[in-house]
Amino acid sequence: MGTTETPPAADGAADESDVAAGSQLSTAPEEERGQAVPGSFGGVRKPGALGYAAWTARETIGWARWFWRQLTSMRVALILLFLLSLATIPGSLVPQTSVDAVKAEGWRKAHETLGPLYDKLGLFHVYSSVWFSAIYILLFTSLVGCIIPRTWQFVGQLRGRPPAAPRNLKRLPAHTTWRTDAEPEQVLAAARTLLKKRRFRTQPGSDSVASEKGYLREAGNLVFHIALIVLLIAFASGQLWKSEGQKLIVEGDGFANTLVQYDDFKSGSLFTADDLRPFSFYLDDFEATYERTGPQRGTPRTYEAHVTYHEGADGPGRKATVKVNEPLETSGSKVYLIGHGYAPVVTVRDGQGDVSFRGGIPSLPIDNNITESTVLKVGDYRTKDGGKDQIGFKGNFVPTMDLKTGTMLSQFPGLDNPRLVLTAYHGSLGTDSGTPQNVYQLDVSKMEQFKDKDGKPFAQALKVGDTMKLPDGGTLKFEGIKPWATFQISQQPGNATALAGAVAALLGVAGSLFIQRRRVWVRAVRGKDGHTVVELAGLGRSESAKLPEELADLAGALQADAPPVTATDAPDPAESAESADSSAASEGARA
Amino acid sequence: MIPLAAAANENLAHISNVLIYSAMAVYTLAFLAHIAEWVFGSRSAVGRTAAAITTEAGAARAAAGASARGSQGGSGTAVLERPKVVTRAATGSRDVPDGPGAAGTSEKGDVYGRIAVSLTVLSFLLHAGSVLTRALSVQRAPWGNMYEFSTTFGMTVVGVYLGLLVFKKNVRWLGLPLTTTILLDLGLAVSVLYTESDQLVPALHSYWLWIHVSTAILCGAAFWVGACSTLLYLFRDGYEARLVEGRTGAGLRRYLDELPQDRRYARFKAKLALRTDNPMSRLPAAATLDKLGYRINATVFPLWTFTIIAGAIWAEAAWGRYWGWDPKEVWSFITWVAYACFLHARATAGWKGRKAAYIALAAFGCYIFNYYGVNIFVTGKHSYAGV
Repeated sequence: MGTTETPPAADGAADESDVAAGSQLSTAPEEERGQAVPGSFGGVRKPGALGYAAWTARETIGWARWFWRQLTSMRVALILLFLLSLATIPGSLVPQTSVDAVKAEGWRKAHETLGPLYDKLGLFHVYSSVWFSAIYILLFTSLVGCIIPRTWQFVGQLRGRPPAAPRNLKRLPAHTTWRTDAEPEQVLAAARTLLKKRRFRTQPGSDSVASEKGYLREAGNLVFHIALIVLLIAFASGQLWKSEGQKLIVEGDGFANTLVQYDDFKSGSLFTADDLRPFSFYLDDFEATYERTGPQRGTPRTYEAHVTYHEGADGPGRKATVKVNEPLETSGSKVYLIGHGYAPVVTVRDGQGDVSFRGGIPSLPIDNNITESTVLKVGDYRTKDGGKDQIGFKGNFVPTMDLKTGTMLSQFPGLDNPRLVLTAYHGSLGTDSGTPQNVYQLDVSKMEQFKDKDGKPFAQALKVGDTMKLPDGGTLKFEGIKPWATFQISQQPGNATALAGAVAALLGVAGSLFIQRRRVWVRAVRGKDGHTVVELAGLGRSESAKLPEELADLAGALQADAPPVTATDAPDPAESAESADSSAASEGARA
Repeated sequence: MIPLAAAANENLAHISNVLIYSAMAVYTLAFLAHIAEWVFGSRSAVGRTAAAITTEAGAARAAAGASARGSQGGSGTAVLERPKVVTRAATGSRDVPDGPGAAGTSEKGDVYGRIAVSLTVLSFLLHAGSVLTRALSVQRAPWGNMYEFSTTFGMTVVGVYLGLLVFKKNVRWLGLPLTTTILLDLGLAVSVLYTESDQLVPALHSYWLWIHVSTAILCGAAFWVGACSTLLYLFRDGYEARLVEGRTGAGLRRYLDELPQDRRYARFKAKLALRTDNPMSRLPAAATLDKLGYRINATVFPLWTFTIIAGAIWAEAAWGRYWGWDPKEVWSFITWVAYACFLHARATAGWKGRKAAYIALAAFGCYIFNYYGVNIFVTGKHSYAGV
């Protein structure tokens, strides 16, 4: 938990006041030493069953306490952190079901021997696997076990006062002294006022003033670690109650937020369908632009879906634009734009001339230039002689067809030269069996492909306005093209909590790393020569260059009230030796 | 109007390319000047090593820094000279003073070092010009693909280094590793990662691009300085350990003579030490390097936390979830945990010093892998514009 060095150890000749001066400058747990071995907690075992039971109880409690102390020790926390970073790695290298289910399935199929092994190890869902959970649960238990005692300690420190000045201030990491004519009491009073003004907590002693500053460091440290727990809880609750579904909407169509309307729906384990809050929206218009020139020709530049949405069951209609980074927020849900494509609009008439289908066929893109695979199933269809039949169309929609090469692959994602290339089947679609079917796939096992006069498979490339005449008298007219867009509708509770946790963690960690906790003591006593000897000394948790600077600042300010006496007598020989070395320690002399 | 704008763009993009090659040429000169600095320094530094150890352990040192800062306290006192503050090093530390720097005591070496820094400033200006013209040519933040990220990253690293110099930090010894890294970084950028100046895909159209990516670059640059300092700490620490044992210079030669022939690894290490001791003796003290590495990493850690949070907020807006274990997210998390490990290790008995340094280096390795490794070998939602 603590993130700085422990205070510098005192010299071998340290006396008790030195130790007290540095005590509780940190609340970091003390490291355990000594080994626990079986029998070390139970002690002497008295004869008989009772004695054995008592011994076992002592032993069990002893071990439990030992285990808890180990778990909450910094060393084990460090190891757990280490394990956490190691355990996170496989999830980035093995495809994850939760991230990309199709890819994970493909990987599993491609690796016949490793697949089942990885399955057993949970490598396709690392972040919900037992071993990953074990690590972070242990880590957070350790964290809680560390935070609680430290919080109490910190509260105690806030209620306590800075410890009294150690006997020998010279021994501290930063020290300064001078002689003055001001009275000791006067100097101490001035020092206290000065320190208070600089927001130190002060405590007067008999011949000295003790002060301390930088309590926010430990506060920040605690806030940071508590915020991490808040983050974990927010993330977990978000996972449990979230819902996330996708819906493909053709321009002009709409969506109402009920379970049946989704094409694809995932939810957390505690989510129920009642949690879906009602709202609806219509896709009025979809705009996309693409790079026209250069090596990145065809790369999308803008995607914009213009929608009209209604909040609640029957709220007023409002206009909004959904872009890739700008979801629509309504009724506790967010609507994201995640994909788009084209739906060729066709009219199919049967052999009798009756309309058996009219509308757009949302087709799925198979490459970046939006070459699409198109499937249309027409179940209600009569032949020329009035017999019942079913028709299936299959082919590609190509937004920009290259007429020179005639390749079926689109050359550009925009609608520069759109063609609908279709072939047709008749027979049984297999939809009557009752088993659900993928609308984007045509099962031709019980169907027969139409043939042209030469006996070749019947196929035709249609421009907008063209009509395809089937050999049995039916027609398909390519009426136009409508864009479609896929939206992801997500409801994720706990986002605000997570954000608050993240911000608190950030402020906490900044406080715990940038604020220095330090103590300053001022002592003023009358010396043998009748002058008052003023001594200032500082101690921080870590050796910081700031501490001597601050001490010099304080001393400078204090000298206004306790002006130094120009020393007529020779200075202390020890001191002159110390200051002779001053240039060696200066940092940045050779910048 | 559109063709005109396109022409202007191409001009600017062209200028940007010319500038980056010019910057690389000047960086190469700076690199050579730094080499000259080290070479001249090696001739002067003989005998320094012996002088380095003549301090008694636990001797009190005075911090001139405190009194040298001048009376800007504003307390309105009539005191002209600030009181002298005496500081004491913690007992147990080696108390070896900082080395004299790359040039040693050689005047000539020092001149070359100064030339190198001047050249670095010049190439930094060219480099910054290149990044700026690139940004102007597309009128957006210049970090939409790996080429742009790499060039901006390099610029920021040099910026951090020059910034430390401006603030009178003793970091000129970083010059040689810095120019080496920048040349590698830019070489990779112009040869492998080069992408024509172009607009962004819709997913990157967000002001979070400015916030998230710029902080990520700044963190990387500062982490680089931290890692460099930490790496040199490891070498210098080994050197100082031998210095205390008396196994440097003649002592090391004697030790090598006494080593049996079959202890190949020990002999290899001793021979290596014999060759590297001279440059090592000119580096700052291990304690100084360790402290610099720690300070930088600790300062950047909150910024890295912010980078991840900003990324999560952006992800929430773009992809509908703030955390989805995308490879880039995973590795930024690993980097974060690794640096957290380092900070904790620094506060744990038995982990301070070398062990903590290894963790810091591993953490920086995670950052680098998150950039090159994840972008090139792993596909995820952070794949844009080819790479």
